[in-house]
Amino acid sequence: MSWLDVFRGKSKPPPSAGAAKERLQIVLAHERISRTGDDFLPRLQKELIQVVARYVAIDPKAVNISLDRGGDMSTLAIEVELPAPEKPKPGAAAAKPDELGKPADSKAEAGQKAS
Amino acid sequence: MAQVIVVTSGKGGVGKTTSSAAFATGLAQSGKKTVVIDFDVGLRNLDLIMGVERRVVFDIVNVISGEARLNQALIRDKRVDTLSILPASQTRDKDALTKEGVAQIIDELSQEFDYIVCDSPAGIEKGALLALYFADQAIVVTNPEVSSVRDSDRILGVLQSKSRRAEEKKDPVKEHLLVTRYAPERVEKGEMLKLEDIREILAIPLLGVIPESESVLKASNTGSPVILDDVSNAGQAYKDAVARFLGEDRPHRFIEPEKRGFLSRLFGGRAA
Ligand SMILES: Nc1ncnc2c1ncn2[C@@H]1O[C@H](COP(=O)(O)OP(=O)(O)OP(=O)(O)O)[C@@H](O)[C@H]1O
Ligand SMILES: [Mg+2]
Repeated sequence: MSWLDVFRGKSKPPPSAGAAKERLQIVLAHERISRTGDDFLPRLQKELIQVVARYVAIDPKAVNISLDRGGDMSTLAIEVELPAPEKPKPGAAAAKPDELGKPADSKAEAGQKAS
Repeated sequence: MAQVIVVTSGKGGVGKTTSSAAFATGLAQSGKKTVVIDFDVGLRNLDLIMGVERRVVFDIVNVISGEARLNQALIRDKRVDTLSILPASQTRDKDALTKEGVAQIIDELSQEFDYIVCDSPAGIEKGALLALYFADQAIVVTNPEVSSVRDSDRILGVLQSKSRRAEEKKDPVKEHLLVTRYAPERVEKGEMLKLEDIREILAIPLLGVIPESESVLKASNTGSPVILDDVSNAGQAYKDAVARFLGEDRPHRFIEPEKRGFLSRLFGGRAA
């Protein structure tokens, strides 16, 4: 708190109009794109599952897709939980996406560049 | 042939009806034969804002269903003789409006009037789609607030794809941005989106900026469109916007904070 604030009576929160502008620009950039073409994400998800299923038996419910729409870059993360190996070694758990988010073999990541 | 103007926004409560009433009255004041249509079936309000609620006999749905002739439903304004109002139905459901029915009404009104102003309901459902379908020009009413700006962008997309002009591949609907409830003091403090930011994001020509003003409530209390209040800043801003619409070049006013004296700053006086 600066000494001037003593006279103003309270410390001011940072102005929020800048955040409003930035958030709007990002969300509208994406909404304008999806307005022209149809939304491809559901199809992408379905086809990716089909491809993975060709190589390993997976439970379609153990597939996690998340999207982060950014200003310059959007990230599409797809996590596929693979079943435990046939002969489980003692103590080995099923391949779970690790907490630190290091790209494990069980995780496919795709980046989509926003125009 | 009349020009059809839709006043639209997507988001509710941003000032469409206030602006439709002011704009239609302003056009009529400059000698243009103008009719303003309330498309908000089930939530009629334009009649109150225009101060003609006690004179409503028939409404747009009665005309479409053949229960009344168009001339019986039109209410002639007593203040401006080139102005008429076509009220919405208060009782019927939204399905009572049909594209064919509205087309016929617009067609008939086109013979007699220069401007047909359509006050759209909120949303992007049937009522809003019908209100914008026949438009030649659109006034997109936007508040300096994220959800309003986003919905305006959305409604611009609808105008560009679902209007009759879009469907028939004619020249696109001419778009105008009308920013309402603008509070320069809050913009200066960084609490509210700047006019320049809204213009940059929506990227359509700016028709006017209507300041947040107590005179709007006063006008609706008395059923007199705020543009008839010559001393209010909102009334003057609407007058400017109408003049710009008719081709006049006028500078934008009321977009900077009012300069206030030391005493009024100290005691927190409020702007009218
Ligand atoms: N410039 C302004 N200053 C202060 N208040 C305003 C201003 N413009 C509109 N209002 C107020 O905002 C409220 C909503 O206005 P209005 O009914 O015109 O919005 P609308 O977009 O037609 O709403 P709806 O979507 O429900 O049809 C009203 O109470 C009105 O008095
Ligand atoms: Mg309204």
